[in-house]
Amino acid sequence: MMSVRIIVVLAVLTGVTGSPNVMIKPEADMSAHPNSVPETVEETEIFGQQNVPVLVGEEAEEDVMATGELNPNHYPAQRAAKVVQHYLNTRYGSPYRLFGLQRVNSGNAEDVADSGRKYQLEVTVQEIIGNTTEKCSAEVLFPRGERQGSAQVQASSWEELLKNDTEAQEEALYQEYKMNQSLVTAQNLPDSYGHIEPDMKPLWHLGFVASSFVMLNESTENTLYNMAQVANVTQLPTENDQLKFDYHILLHEMVSQEIIHWKLLFTWSPPEGVKVLQMEQLPHCHHCEKPPNTN
Amino acid sequence: MMRGLLAFAALFVAVLGKETYEGLMKAICVFFQLDFWRGVTDVATPVDVRVPFHSLQSVKIYLETQDIVYSIMIEDLQVMLDYEQEEMESAARVAEPRNTDSYDYSRYHPINEIYSFQDMLVAENPNMVSKIVIGQSYQGRPLNVLKFSTGGTNRPAIWIDTGIHSREWVTQASGTWFAKKIVTDYGRDPALTAILNKMDIFLEIVTNPDGYYYTHNSNRMWRKTRKPNPGSSCVGVDPNRNWDAGFGGPGASRNPCSETYHGPSAHSESEVRSIVDFVKSHGNFKSFVSIHSYSQMLLYPYGYTKTPVRDQNELHNLAKKAITDLASLYGTRYRYGSIINTIYQASGGTIDWTYNQGIKYSYTFELRDTGRYGFILPANQIIPTATETWLALMAIMDHTYKNPY
Repeated sequence: MMSVRIIVVLAVLTGVTGSPNVMIKPEADMSAHPNSVPETVEETEIFGQQNVPVLVGEEAEEDVMATGELNPNHYPAQRAAKVVQHYLNTRYGSPYRLFGLQRVNSGNAEDVADSGRKYQLEVTVQEIIGNTTEKCSAEVLFPRGERQGSAQVQASSWEELLKNDTEAQEEALYQEYKMNQSLVTAQNLPDSYGHIEPDMKPLWHLGFVASSFVMLNESTENTLYNMAQVANVTQLPTENDQLKFDYHILLHEMVSQEIIHWKLLFTWSPPEGVKVLQMEQLPHCHHCEKPPNTN
Repeated sequence: MMRGLLAFAALFVAVLGKETYEGLMKAICVFFQLDFWRGVTDVATPVDVRVPFHSLQSVKIYLETQDIVYSIMIEDLQVMLDYEQEEMESAARVAEPRNTDSYDYSRYHPINEIYSFQDMLVAENPNMVSKIVIGQSYQGRPLNVLKFSTGGTNRPAIWIDTGIHSREWVTQASGTWFAKKIVTDYGRDPALTAILNKMDIFLEIVTNPDGYYYTHNSNRMWRKTRKPNPGSSCVGVDPNRNWDAGFGGPGASRNPCSETYHGPSAHSESEVRSIVDFVKSHGNFKSFVSIHSYSQMLLYPYGYTKTPVRDQNELHNLAKKAITDLASLYGTRYRYGSIINTIYQASGGTIDWTYNQGIKYSYTFELRDTGRYGFILPANQIIPTATETWLALMAIMDHTYKNPY
């Protein structure tokens, strides 16, 4: 039933159980060549439960909860893959390193008794700022039934994607914000026209990383989250050598099409990365529209 | 307002000492309603005063009897202000484009500028472009459709709409670009010329004008129409859940506060009803393309049911061709398939209705990007987006033209 409800999951951060599996070795992604025509996946998969050969150009009827081999272009695999993006950003994201899901190459789903549904995915991930891509594998488990909690992700080590040396930039940013005479504030990143001042970009990237914790937490098989905008940034006094920030972010949830407001309190430093202290969903106020920032 | 003779006088404090002068100035200031633009500082520095017209004679006489030297810097301030106002207004007019060649396609424009653009395009191309007002929005804004036609009567036609969801700004911006592209390419591009020699193109750029205005002035993230919902504090209906195709079924919300609220009944929104009436009375549409953002997808019906459309194969293959053409420009990757498989179940959607009306080549686009900027796509991506999307549109229009039915 697609009268969609966002499943609000407890704001409990669950760590990855066990150490990440080292999966298939990442290969260089040839399809990043500018002149290449994107491969379109031929529709010749045989779907697990039906065993009906699919003719090229047709789409077989799928169950809403597809099981077995998934069409990588359809939403079940796409939604699960997006969760992998959120996971990577929480683990490895920084003001100079952000991950985006570029493509789902293949996917498989199965029910795991008493646990939930597990997706196995081959995806192409892009490190957005350095513009590199990597093909990797991941597993996403959406808990069901008795179990509560957010999706659990395991992924291969993304060494190639982490190769970009961001240390110097991160350190410079850290020092700059630590030494600032006045604490930084900002609104509307980007503004209505998609514009962000260059020196505000790291704050936008930081918002990406921090909001990925929320998006990872909130994601289910029935949601697809992106960060829509950073509404407000307030830097708080540095604590224990960690920069501290209060962010008001807008998330866009694709299935319901809702814009959801969240407040995030988090710290950041190059060695520690982003650590979220508090996250709080703000109620949708239907009357409080304020004029957007105009340039 | 008081349009009198206002004089501006410079008073030299040559004769009197400073304190005496100050006292004197205070007294006459109040009495004559003087407005000091540069106040008393020292004996060597002049004082500048604005004198209202009714006090002018008296002030002059007073200054003369006190032997205070003065000179007039501005005879009539009002004249100067009027002139400056005119200058400012004319400068503002110059900033507005005078024709569609000086219109800046790489910027997002407010609704009045898009309406002006439409009128300019018609004025510049009277033999090819006309504007049809198919109805009014809830708040009374015109629902303008540009008709591109080289003649004939009720030729088979192609429909394109942008901006049905107001926050999807790259779509209205692209629609504007498409309009210009059509008039530019007719007579130059063989494929488009052939199409327009036999078919008409209808383009509605601001399909949800109330929403669009709202995104500029109140809430950048507004999606729906702006019609109030009785009994609720929440406003608006999702115009892409308001069509009579699986209306009210799974894939839309019956909560007025929801972004996917389907509305009280099918076609309850004038923005939707106007298109329905227009399409039905025209009776000869062969292709219908509704443009949204974001996600980078090309979708065909259905959204409300898993049942494949009868023309599934053909629509699927055409979509594949279209997105291949699109990608040829910048490598932008699009996914494609039916709405319900590719993105989500959605009932009451535009192209489900148009397909069921017999308009076979019914497609929905979801333009750039895939979530990095989302709705707030940087303006420097408008033209690349419009240009690559045009290639996909041409593929669809070309196929429609070559496969009459």
